[in-house]
Amino acid sequence: MTENPHSSIADIVLARPQSKTELFTTFSKMALKGFGGVLAVVQFDLVERKRWMTQAQFVEEWSVAQIMPGPNVANLCLMIGGRYFGIQGALAALAGLIFFPLLLVLALAIVFGGVSDSPYVQGALRGMGAVAAGLITATGLKLTHALSHNAMGLAACVLFAVLTFTGVGLLRLPLAWVLLGLGSLACGFAHYKLSRATLSKQTGSQI
Amino acid sequence: MTVQMTAQDFWNLFQQFASLSLLGVGGAITTVPEMQRYLVDETHWLTDLQFTSSIAIAQASPGPNILFVALMGWNVGLNAGGGLVSGPTAWALGMLGVLATMLGIMLPSSLLTYNATRWAHRNRDLQAVKAFKAGMAPIVIALLICTGWLLTAAHNQAARDWPLWLLTAGATFLVWRTKLHMLWMLGAGALLGGLGVI
Repeated sequence: MTENPHSSIADIVLARPQSKTELFTTFSKMALKGFGGVLAVVQFDLVERKRWMTQAQFVEEWSVAQIMPGPNVANLCLMIGGRYFGIQGALAALAGLIFFPLLLVLALAIVFGGVSDSPYVQGALRGMGAVAAGLITATGLKLTHALSHNAMGLAACVLFAVLTFTGVGLLRLPLAWVLLGLGSLACGFAHYKLSRATLSKQTGSQI
Repeated sequence: MTVQMTAQDFWNLFQQFASLSLLGVGGAITTVPEMQRYLVDETHWLTDLQFTSSIAIAQASPGPNILFVALMGWNVGLNAGGGLVSGPTAWALGMLGVLATMLGIMLPSSLLTYNATRWAHRNRDLQAVKAFKAGMAPIVIALLICTGWLLTAAHNQAARDWPLWLLTAGATFLVWRTKLHMLWMLGAGALLGGLGVI
């Protein structure tokens, strides 16, 4: 955070959770407000309402939460809770995120399950499933924006994306092969590009 | 639907989700194709409809999307107990299923994230950290699109399923290009499906 020019000012006005209970209730409220994913609510509440972090800090935390395995928002909970109250804070935040929504989703499933033989309900689930597939695809499409600034260059990004889609979507290869195989190739290539960029910057400044 | 499951099977369920936990870079939703292969194609613990409706109900409910994993566990347990109508035994097995899948999917990734994020936060200017972020980005994005594609491709009879495909394409476009609330779209999907339009 030290290289962030705003942080020294922002740190003065930033608030922080007062207790593990506050972590639990804050994340509970956010989770219950978030339909179709919690990210938008989390960003608004943490940055604009609670002021626990600046916008820039949030983006930084989010990018780390995103590259770690596991649900992004859960990762963010662990990171934020952990920063203030260690492992207990991480667990309090995570429990807040999951507990009430879990009860709710089970209740919803029971209501649906009790009438699941009805052709209307089967049809409704078919329809909702089709929409859910669209929501997930659209989230992927939205994120393609981030690729235009990728260190590997757009062409390489498109190539890796197409290869991944072909492997998992069309050939139905096990995910582990694709992640390990293509993933290490991509990370290796990104490392090469980043090293070259750094090198040319250094030689440039020497001249 | 009823399936026979032993304690060992629940342990296998936990292990399967635990092994997927660390592969879920970009969210557990990217491992959906593998879950489908295991739960529907390989073990037949869930029907295709139960699998896709687990995702749909979780999407329609508030909270983190990861709860679709809990619903899969719930449905596996219910199937093992003879369905919802079989009473408390089935409910208890359902909760056991929830524990198996949720602990499996959450435990390894949470342990890794908690410890690794402290390290990554201190070293975020390292070349290796940057290369990992840049390299994984297109793959993670492609996996998301893949998941949507596989959920759609499960309905593979063009003559019967084309309205469903149209709905998926429409929802994709609306979420991608507009700020229309997802709940309206899920509601519209439920309505169209319930009325038998799709």
